[in-house]
Parts: sequence; structure tokens; C-alpha cells
Amino acid sequence: MTSITIQPQHKDKIVAQQQALQDPNWVRWGLIFIALSFITLFICGPLFLVIYQALSKGLTAYWTALSEPDTLSAIKLSFFVALVTVPLNTVFGVTAAWAITRFDFKGKSLLTTLIDLPFSVSPVISGLIFVLLFGAQGWFGEWLVEHDIKIIFAVPGIILATLFITFPFVARQLIPLMQEMGNQEEEAALSLGASGWKAFWAVTIPNIKWALLYGVLLCNARAMGEFGAVSVVSGHIRGMTNTLPLHVEVSYNDYDVVGAFASASILAALAIVTLILKTILEWKQAKR
Amino acid sequence: MNNIYTIFVAAVLAVLASSNVQAADVQILNVSNDPTRELFKEINPVFAKNWKAKTGDTVTINQSHAGSGKQARSVIEGLEADVVTLALAYDVDQLYQKRKLIPEKWQTLLPHNSSPYLSTMVFLVRKGNPLGVKDWDDLVKPGVSIVTPNPKTSGGARWNFLAAWGYALKHNNNDEAAAKVFVNKLFKNAAVLDTGARGSTTSFVEREIGDVLITWENEGHLVLREFGADKFEIVTPSLSILAEPPVAVVEDYARKHGTTEVATEYLTFLYSKEAQEIIGKNFYRPVDKDIAAKYAKQFKPLELINIAQFGGWEAAQKKFFADEGVFDEIYGPGK
Repeated sequence: MTSITIQPQHKDKIVAQQQALQDPNWVRWGLIFIALSFITLFICGPLFLVIYQALSKGLTAYWTALSEPDTLSAIKLSFFVALVTVPLNTVFGVTAAWAITRFDFKGKSLLTTLIDLPFSVSPVISGLIFVLLFGAQGWFGEWLVEHDIKIIFAVPGIILATLFITFPFVARQLIPLMQEMGNQEEEAALSLGASGWKAFWAVTIPNIKWALLYGVLLCNARAMGEFGAVSVVSGHIRGMTNTLPLHVEVSYNDYDVVGAFASASILAALAIVTLILKTILEWKQAKR
Repeated sequence: MNNIYTIFVAAVLAVLASSNVQAADVQILNVSNDPTRELFKEINPVFAKNWKAKTGDTVTINQSHAGSGKQARSVIEGLEADVVTLALAYDVDQLYQKRKLIPEKWQTLLPHNSSPYLSTMVFLVRKGNPLGVKDWDDLVKPGVSIVTPNPKTSGGARWNFLAAWGYALKHNNNDEAAAKVFVNKLFKNAAVLDTGARGSTTSFVEREIGDVLITWENEGHLVLREFGADKFEIVTPSLSILAEPPVAVVEDYARKHGTTEVATEYLTFLYSKEAQEIIGKNFYRPVDKDIAAKYAKQFKPLELINIAQFGGWEAAQKKFFADEGVFDEIYGPGK
């Protein structure tokens, strides 16, 4: 960090500039008020409500709801799905970002567009694609039935749908950063005799690690929170193919308000942890 | 048929052989419609206890609940249910029509057209019945907001539709054009069309949408039990439809899982006095005469038409709910 000493004669000029850029007080306070009330109403309010409803019948009821076998199974399934999809998408994401930023090839812009596809498609459609492909009446249906392989309405289908939905997160974080960095550092490493693999671990990874972690974090949050696509392929079997977000809906529809909001509180906690980690990562990235 | 029988016997023998060695753990999946959640939650442990006493095996019954049409679709696409317990015969029939997962004459395999419990469609209104709703014609008045699921995905909603149609025919000298106008007005008053009966109930009860919920009789009573009779009341119309929710063993999947015997026993159990009591307690109408008489007083008498008057489900589905059917005609953009 280099500090700039401001010369006295420049100081007045800067203050004047600052004042020129400033809006009148009522605009400033008005905007702050609108932003704050919006946040309170639409973010803090619901969050408070989730916790309030979850604890509406006391801590014991909350705890009982969370330790129900169906809830535990939903929590386990959600973690398992994240555990499988996040590492896979991390590898995919790094590979895709590497290919796009380091090589020139035909169809590169097409690949870049395709990576964004899951963002632009409605999750329900994403789910239905898998039903059309792997459903018993789908393209591969007959073959799958013959070989007794279950994909949709089972865990593999849930994993596939989640993989699809969370595919862009890591790549999207890395591509702009790696484009900006260029490849001089890697070239230097290679010219000094490092193998490609070594250059990747010793040069590229340290450079992208905060952005990578940031992508992984968002990917994980979405993997555990996805509802639409997973709902289509899940089959909603209690204790077996219900993920945490699906379990929230099931409990709510069973008139089990405490159960629904207790499960929701776990998702809310996950969101808060994500937010804190996100802030830390952003701070680290900015410092770099 | 012979082939199926051999496989069936082989499956039973396999099950018996394994249970001779040691008590086995069996799992079956019951794919059901929406308003049966509480019913099966109560019936399943009783069946499991009986099955354990009889065979020494531990049976776990897994449940999946959603709109009846949606559930049938999932089973056809590969959700491997050992039994289905759906809202109406047409949905179960699709398992034969689309993939031959069940025999053609599945409905003759169990008593009472394979329906171990009956119900009908009634109205639920907010306490005090502020709009004074008494019958179907009160629902088509301008400004009345009704909640019903979508007939395209929900079995209950199709029963609702046919009950309204039956009422309109009766009061218009069987004039179908007049009935169309009537149901058109009815669905124009719909505030939301959820995909399943339970979604509609939560829309009406928890999200407080609408003035009248048209729903299963048992679902209405369940709301009174869960949320208190001081908040809602049931209005029984002068005429409604006898809803016969059918059950069936999905033979193809059960055979594959080796669960044909336990799945068949499970459905047979639904007709036992023990299960019929639970059915009555959950506000379904039991098919067992004695138990039906015992629980008769919880239901108000009304005129019940039945699906036969529409020429059976196959015909009714084609005429009313298929693409380009009556429902599409009366309900859609700009109608």
C-alpha cells in the first residue's frame, strides 16, 4: 500500500470536487431509508419469521422436529448431493475456464454461451429434460429399464439435476479473472523448466484460489438449496428422495409448521454462513 | 398369464425361503394422492405390526404424496411404486394404458371396484359463513372467490368439476350448454388452481386466499381437526359426487422387488375392520357396512351422483379433461 500525501493547495480543490459530487441531504437519507426498509422488509423480515415459526412451540419441539428420521434423511441427502456435485463442478469449472482463457479454438464463444445455459433455463425445464432423457418412456428409458438402472426418482437423478443447475458457478467466477490475468506468469514458469502440471499448481492455483473458493461457495449454496429441478426428478419419497428444500414443502403441506420452519432454519443458517464466508472471500480477493 | 403366475409363485417362494432363514426387512412404496397423508400415516404402522406378527418380517412402507395425475405420470416414468392409492380410476388405468404395469382388469381384483374407502366433495368456508354459501349456485355468483386444484393434475379437482357439472345438469333440464356456462362461471371465480388438493387447502387455510374451498369431505374435516372448528365450517351441498379412490398393486414393479405378496396383503388389509375404523376416524367413508354405520353420523346426508352416470372415467376424462375437452373450452386465456 502506498499512501499519498495531499499537498495543502490541492486539498481545497478536492473538497470542492467532493461537494460537487454529493447529492443534497434529503436525497442521501431518502435513498438510505428506502434501501434499509427494503432490506428489513424483504430479507430480515422473512428470516426472522422463519426462526420465529421454527421456535414457536419451544426449543424442544424444534429439536424433536429436526431429529425426526425423515428430516435427518433429508439433511443427509442434501449434504451428500452437495458432496458429490460440488467437487465435480469445481473440476469442470476449472477445466472450462482454462480451456476458454488459455486456448483459441473454433466454437469457443458457443462454449462460453453454453456454460451460462443453466442460468437462463427455468429449473423446472432442467428437471424435465432429465425426465425426457431417463424416464421410463424417455430416450434411454427402455435401455435403462432393461438393465434395471434407476436414474430419475432416485439419488442419481437428483445429483444430475443439481450438477446441471450448479454447473456455471465456478467457471463464471474464474473466466473473467483468468482473462484479465493473461498467461505471462504461466509462460514464465514453463520457460524456466516447470512442467505444465507444476505451473498449474504453483502459479495458476495460487492466483485464482480466492475466486475459486468463492465459486465453490456459491455452487455449494445452490446445490443444497435447489428446489425446482430436484422436485421434478425426486419422486418425493419420504425419507429417501426428499432433499431439505423438498422436505420443507412436505412438512408444510402436512400442517407441520414447526417441522417445515425448523428445516427451513437450517437452510437459512446455511445462507448466513455462506454470506459471512462470501464477505471474507471478497475481502481477501480485494486485498490480493 | 401362466408366465406371470409362475413368476408370482417363484417370487412368493423366494420371499418365504428367505424368511425361513431369518426375519427379512421388506420395503414397499405407496405412491398416493394428496389428502391421504394422515390416513396412511396411521394405517401403515398397524399393518407393519400385523405383518410382523404374521410373518416375522419387518415391513417399512414408504410414502410419496402429490396430485393424483402427477403421481400416475411419475409411476409411468419409472417411480417404482409397489402400490398406488390414487384419487380416481382413470389415473390408475393409465398404468395399464401407457406401460402395462398392471393387468387390464385391475379394478376387479379387490372388492368395491378396488376402492377401500369412499368420499365426496364438499365446501369449506370461513367461520360464520360470511357469504351465506349453501349450494353450488352460490359459488358462481360474481365476486365469490373459490379455491380448487387444477383438474389437469389433481384427481380431487376432477371430482369437483363433475359434481358441479352434475348439479348444473339437474337444475337445467340436462342442458349441456347451460352446464358449460355454469362451470365456466365457477372456474372464472377460481382464485388459484393448485396442482394438488393439499396445495389448495394450504392456499385457503394458511395463506387465507378465497371465500370457499371445494375439497374432499375428509380433507374438510381434517382442517377442522387441525385448525379448530372455531375457524372454519363445512357446507354440504344438496348434490355431490361419490368419489371412489382406487388402489392397486403395481404388479410389474412389485414382481421385480419380490414384494407382490406383502403389497397385496397391504391393500387387502385396507378392507379389514381394523383399517376401516382408521378410515372412518380419518373422515373417509368406510366401505364396510357396520363401520360405515358407526361413522355415518359425522357426514351430512346428500344426493350423490356417481361416475357411471358419465359413462365411466375413460369417457369422462376424454370428454372433459383431455386436451381440447370441455375444461379447455371453458378455462383458458380470455375465457
